[in-house]
Amino acid sequence: MNSDRQRPRRMRSSYSSLTAHGEPWVWLTGGALALAIMMITGLLAFIAIRGASTFWPVPLELVELADGRRALGEVSEKEEAEAATAAVTGRSARRLVRTANFEVSGKHYEWFDDAAIAEVSRPEWATALERLEGGRFHGFPVRLLHGDEVIAVGPEETWKAFEREHPAVRRRWREVMRIDRHDRGRLQRDLRAARLAVVQAGLDAGTAAANSASVSAAQAAAAATEQEVIARVNGRSAELDAQTAALRRQNEGWGLEVETADGIKKILPLEGIVRAWQPNRLSTAGKLGVYAGRWQEFLTDDPREANSAGGVFPAIWGTVSMTLIMALLVAPFGVLAALYLREYASRGPVTTAVRIAINNLAGVPSIVYGAFGLGFFCYALGGSIDELFFRASLVADKQPTFGTGGLLWASLTLALLTLPVVIVATEEALSAVPNSMREGSYACGAGKWQTIRRIVLPRALPGIMTGLILAMARGAGEVAPLMLVGVKKLALDLPIDGTFPFVHPEREFMHLAYLIYDVGFQSPNSQAAKPMVFTITFLLVAIIALLNVAAIWLRSRLKRRYVSQQF
Amino acid sequence: MNIQAEPTAPRGGQPETVTATDRLQAVAAGRDVPSEVHPEVLEATPVLEIDRFNLWYGGKQALHGITMPIPNNKVTALIGPSGCGKSTLLRSVNRLNDLVQSVRITGDMRLNGDSIYDPRMDVIELRKRMGMVFQKPNPFPMSIYENVVYALRIDGENNRAALDEVCELSLRGAALWDEVKDRLHDSAIGLSGGQQQRLCIARAIAAEPEVLLLDEPCSALDPIATGKVEDLIQELRGRYSVLIVTHNMQQASRTSDYTAFMYLGRLIEYGTTSGIFTKPILRETEAYVTGRFG
Repeated sequence: MNSDRQRPRRMRSSYSSLTAHGEPWVWLTGGALALAIMMITGLLAFIAIRGASTFWPVPLELVELADGRRALGEVSEKEEAEAATAAVTGRSARRLVRTANFEVSGKHYEWFDDAAIAEVSRPEWATALERLEGGRFHGFPVRLLHGDEVIAVGPEETWKAFEREHPAVRRRWREVMRIDRHDRGRLQRDLRAARLAVVQAGLDAGTAAANSASVSAAQAAAAATEQEVIARVNGRSAELDAQTAALRRQNEGWGLEVETADGIKKILPLEGIVRAWQPNRLSTAGKLGVYAGRWQEFLTDDPREANSAGGVFPAIWGTVSMTLIMALLVAPFGVLAALYLREYASRGPVTTAVRIAINNLAGVPSIVYGAFGLGFFCYALGGSIDELFFRASLVADKQPTFGTGGLLWASLTLALLTLPVVIVATEEALSAVPNSMREGSYACGAGKWQTIRRIVLPRALPGIMTGLILAMARGAGEVAPLMLVGVKKLALDLPIDGTFPFVHPEREFMHLAYLIYDVGFQSPNSQAAKPMVFTITFLLVAIIALLNVAAIWLRSRLKRRYVSQQF
Repeated sequence: MNIQAEPTAPRGGQPETVTATDRLQAVAAGRDVPSEVHPEVLEATPVLEIDRFNLWYGGKQALHGITMPIPNNKVTALIGPSGCGKSTLLRSVNRLNDLVQSVRITGDMRLNGDSIYDPRMDVIELRKRMGMVFQKPNPFPMSIYENVVYALRIDGENNRAALDEVCELSLRGAALWDEVKDRLHDSAIGLSGGQQQRLCIARAIAAEPEVLLLDEPCSALDPIATGKVEDLIQELRGRYSVLIVTHNMQQASRTSDYTAFMYLGRLIEYGTTSGIFTKPILRETEAYVTGRFG
């Protein structure tokens, strides 16, 4: 009986010592952290590996089927046969090959059952060609042609000749593109400005009928200027036409004859080939060269083929400029609001209610902000700006300037979205400034604002930076509201560029996060776009990380300067 | 609270109306007890006169009818157990208590004849006439130089030469010049605790204050730093009127000319330091300064 009563007591004491020592809690908390770290690093590593491997040149395999068909392509996926399901589905092991040559075969990818494959080899001269249009082409070089002239015959000779001639042809093509887009674009803009000036003069005449003499004089002057501009533009256009025609003539006739695995021969115009490589012949250094070249194109070029190929430079530009403008807008607003809440507002139910409301604002779905931005910023605010300052464009072209989505409105919308984050973080930072500092300043005879500006704000700056970092990370990754207020599938005119007035806040822009959605889910060639999605995601994460690292570096500098180590 | 009820004979020919325990118990019970003020105090020229000053935090009265003159160019120490209202009294002098909501006062203080609690008094101008040093060193998040000239900066003084002069004078006055003259533009945060506190004193004397308020300036410092700050207070004596709150009896006896003993919001006894420490009128004061209670 006695021993029976002792046992439960011992149990209890061992339990209480367990909680007292806290071992299980160490394991529990540590385990939770480890799990979180595993998930985060797992996700990031997955994105990084898939994203970084997209541009690595994969060997081209020649697949010969038992029935005599042949196909040349990159093996992008392999499926093992599962004994259990194979019997039911009748499916054996198979592989997905990127066969390319869409115009010949009607497909970009094809599954091959391993059972039907007679032989797989890696032929030396297999060539992958990336083209401006029509996707990849896989085949073997046969001849290099220039008009009726045959420059080279046979794979080796042809490839050598191709590598010799291709850069020049491409250079001329890029020059043509630059003239068409850049120089002609400028002429078009001049033309439009002159035309709108005439319309504007007409509008002025309508409103100010009083001294009609000077008004009609202004109209006449505008019309004269337009004639002048038209004459100048026509002259310059003719010059440009001559230039581009000459360049095009030089490029004309250059063609690469390629034979597909099935023996079909096709002549590909040289200027339409972006890049060609022979992965089965490449050394590691050569592969690295191709890899670097494709990365460079990705980072610095405009997108092609519905964004599924080419570069994403406009999207990088749009993302970074939007995020920075957003940070510039949200910082003063948020800091001022938090300053009032923390330093000036007397504590009471109203302040508490406002604080709760701000916290709840962070929980409003972002698409709601998008709808608000569209309704208020684009239509109401932008519409009024158009009415006041850009009426000519509205009347003549029925084309809004500010009254539609654009960089400024998108940045403002995101600033609104991230405002609660900044206010809350700033408030925390302000309340972390020791009261002794404020009292010390007051005791020196400083006023409230002097104390805030000279003592409280510098001291709270690192904490405010933390809020900004969080806001930037949130804003840069947001998609839903941006779709409504200015992000477009394709917008090659950058919102900040070399044409006066250099910043064009009304322009629509591209954004990496939207590009992920667009390329991943709206692309006609989704298999080929899949690796691109990973690469764009990788890039977006890297850019956000870069922005954050920059902000953290700034914060640590501020911290070293302003925040004392307490002793 | 530990009160020594040791019956000792009254001295100085003063009529002893209440015993040691009686007076403190009467205070604890909330009864009014008259302050014993030595006549020497009244003879000195006052820089600051505290006149029947009462202060409430909400419904709780923290100071009860304090009346005491603070002599000019002398060091006056406020001693007493925790919670006796020393710091509250000090913070009332430069009206820092205004920042606390729910504070209510009656009575007045006069700085060189100007009423401090006059509704027409500009608090900011008033505070510029005083300097204050706090318990914990609170250097501002800026350079040593900017810390010292802070009071001038907020007054709009931007003349480099004038600022340089004030900076050097104040730092010399605070016995810190030799230690920091080569790194005036480094952050003040990098200084040691004792240096930070002396920097705070330099900052407080930069604007030539009429009275210097020190709120337990050594309580967060190690003994060596404390010694330096005490030496500094010795040097300030005669040039500035200093009102210092301290917990440390030796410090009060070493550094001050006058000492006031407070208890539970009331001024119990006030006299010259030698008078308070060697021949106090009240047994309670003697019990406190000899460490038998408190």
